[in-house]
Amino acid sequence: MTLSSFISLFQAAIVFGTVIMFGSIGETLTEKSGNLNLGVPGVMYLGGIAGLVSVFFYEKYTPEPNQLICVILALASSFAAAALGGLIYSFLTITLRANQNVTGLTLTIFGTGVANFLGGSLNKLAGGVGQISVPYTSDAFKFQIFGSLSSSSFGKLFLSYGWMVYLAIIIAVVMQIFLSKTRKGLNLRAVGENPATADAAGINVTKYKYSATCIGCGIVGFGGLFYVMDYIGGTWANDGSIESLGWLAVALVIFTTWKSANSIWGAYLFGLLYWMFYYIEGLTRSSQEIFKMLPYVVTILVLIIISFRKKKENQGPQSLGLSYFREER
Amino acid sequence: MFADVYNKTTEGTDLGEKIAVSMRNITKTFGSVVANKDVSIDIRHGEILSLLGENGSGKTTLMNMLSGIYYPDSGSIFVDGKEVSIKSPKDAYNLGIGMIHQHFKLVDVFTAAENIVLGLKEKGSINIKRIAEKVNEICSKYGFEIDPYEKVYNMSVSQKQTLEIIKVLYRGANILILDEPTAVLTPQETEKLFDVIRSMRKDGKSIIIITHKLHEVLRVSDRVTVLRKGEYVGTVDTKDATELSLTEMMVGKKISLDIERPEPDDPKPRIKVDNLSCINSAGIKALDNISFTAYSGEILGIAGISGCGQKELLESIAGLQKTLPGSSIVYTEPETGEEKQLIGKTPKQISSLGISLSFVPEDRLGMGLVGSMGMTDNMMLKSYKNEGFFFTQRKKPRALAEKVKDELEVVTPSLQTPVRRLSGGNVQKVLVGREISSSPTVLMTAYAVRGLDINTSYTIYHLLNEQKKKGVAVIYVGEDLDVLLELCDRILVLCEGKLNGIAEGRKTTKEEVGLLMTNLQNGGDTDEQK
Repeated sequence: MTLSSFISLFQAAIVFGTVIMFGSIGETLTEKSGNLNLGVPGVMYLGGIAGLVSVFFYEKYTPEPNQLICVILALASSFAAAALGGLIYSFLTITLRANQNVTGLTLTIFGTGVANFLGGSLNKLAGGVGQISVPYTSDAFKFQIFGSLSSSSFGKLFLSYGWMVYLAIIIAVVMQIFLSKTRKGLNLRAVGENPATADAAGINVTKYKYSATCIGCGIVGFGGLFYVMDYIGGTWANDGSIESLGWLAVALVIFTTWKSANSIWGAYLFGLLYWMFYYIEGLTRSSQEIFKMLPYVVTILVLIIISFRKKKENQGPQSLGLSYFREER
Repeated sequence: MFADVYNKTTEGTDLGEKIAVSMRNITKTFGSVVANKDVSIDIRHGEILSLLGENGSGKTTLMNMLSGIYYPDSGSIFVDGKEVSIKSPKDAYNLGIGMIHQHFKLVDVFTAAENIVLGLKEKGSINIKRIAEKVNEICSKYGFEIDPYEKVYNMSVSQKQTLEIIKVLYRGANILILDEPTAVLTPQETEKLFDVIRSMRKDGKSIIIITHKLHEVLRVSDRVTVLRKGEYVGTVDTKDATELSLTEMMVGKKISLDIERPEPDDPKPRIKVDNLSCINSAGIKALDNISFTAYSGEILGIAGISGCGQKELLESIAGLQKTLPGSSIVYTEPETGEEKQLIGKTPKQISSLGISLSFVPEDRLGMGLVGSMGMTDNMMLKSYKNEGFFFTQRKKPRALAEKVKDELEVVTPSLQTPVRRLSGGNVQKVLVGREISSSPTVLMTAYAVRGLDINTSYTIYHLLNEQKKKGVAVIYVGEDLDVLLELCDRILVLCEGKLNGIAEGRKTTKEEVGLLMTNLQNGGDTDEQK
């Protein structure tokens, strides 16, 4: 492999990885509260389409769109829509104590459907499939904050990306610190490990579960937004790739053993594994698919390894997937 | 009789300023089950109060209302003379009330220090060093030891309990509630715990110990409050109490129930258990060297505080519980007199030996029936293996379900209605009906009338007597002593996994059985008194 093809593989991996990194960080926060939200793909879809729709209309009806407003509008609407998805999930699983797996899968189907419906309508408004364009916003999202330093090989490897790539890293680090060092983080982890204990310690379990799930989903939504604005350049693709990215994000949570700092390299590794087929010569279509499987294979391996080592710190939260009811006898 | 006397001495006396907590006319129900009915108790400053009662007498529920886990349906709570409303554990902490639950409320992957500060509203980030200092201060004051940096999953049970107590003290609790604190401790650890409790009393704290162990009540507490079936019985000063007087308060006066009890007809040994021991899932010896014989045509009652090995005993016989080497369970064939060893056999192997063993487990919808299936399908669970090759045959099970429904008067909209939707009594009828339909030679029931109304209970007693008359060896695990005393021919009493004695159903008294339940004789009395 030549240097230039390695660089382009690495770049593809980082951009790809950033989508699932957002997903994985958000899902980590949610799962730390004991909520196993399998609606990640749907939430990503919601985040993506909400961002796109809002700036599409802003750009369409404003003669001179302000790029800062574009960015803020996209971020806010993406976060809000994704958090709304989280709110639906929270209400069903926390308040009504519905089964988390079923609710999550339903949310995936719901989010995918809503987003593709709106995406299709938007395509029509824009005059045809692939005609949607939000040039001001996607330009703003592709803005490279370290762009001037990206001429060297190092620069190309690490500094040649849109600013959301770095935002993801910052959120991952902040999340790690929040979960491991702060009181609220400690309380949240206690809720996910043993809600009865947290409750007896005077922690408002319901409040923590709701907040973690909604904020977590909001962050997941950024993954969808990044995909729409940066990865595919500000348009809509009805090809279901957000969904497969969403599932990878769920797998990545396990891969990182529920530590969001690990997702920084884990996400890029998944990206490398996922795109490797493109840079290996002589692969047929079917053997490409085998390569695309690699991230999942690695996740399974990690699961096997952590199950064997039985180190409690590397396991998921103890009451992940269970609903909590105080007066249960 | 005790109730009347002691109510007069405690209530209405003027101890105003000395009382730390007063609970007045507390009632709490769960669905149709009344857990506490009009209970009033007082806890004074600087005293150790024992809350005594059998399992299911509502001790823990009452204390859960003080610690904010449950909220009373009616009644009021006063702390230092002021009426309070405790809606959550947080409210309880703010009032200086802390509870150490029987099942520890600790996060396994956290360190001791992290568990201690969990949920505290202190300012700033977590300063482990400062927490450790404060913890050590508490430790040296009351005389315990703990490593603040140790992870909980590496701790022993007694260390976890210590951690729970420190957690409560760290929050400045003045009223400590300990739920069955010695249940999981060795005698030495218990001794240490009592020393700690006494030094807390010296410090002016009020301590409530929920327990059913009489000797501990007498050793450590100042006063004893007794509950029975959710109701307040009375409060006595420990110095005036004896094991006998407390047992009488706990079990109450004998109530006549008029349950039929035919004489056993030609009893012959059916199941002979020798040196049966086993270890339960928690790694504790649940059964310790049990030996007895169950005869045909008799009802053998099994009494004991719950969790004393009843479940393991029945499951050992049914082939569901792994036993320790040296155990022996021999079944004697009624027709031929042939003896068969049951140890090491699965339920399937036992039934393929031609032994018809029926088991009505405590957990009806967990172990006994499938809640989401109808009566017909539940009947089929036991017989589907014998019927049909590939497709299931529903004809016979349907007929059986029909028969059970008619004969036992099961109220159900249809045979297809999921049994989960039936009332507790009807679920039990379905289960018992299925079990006796296979004409068993041994019938084991665990808490067969728990949660059932009077009429249904009598139906079940009648069914058991029918089986007895047919020469079935019936083993009846029960919790209501009045029923055991009137239904059973003999009553085997378990205490902490040991056989504490076998009483003659027709001669024994409630007090005798009550004492056997709560008071372990030296090493357990394994002689049969037949």
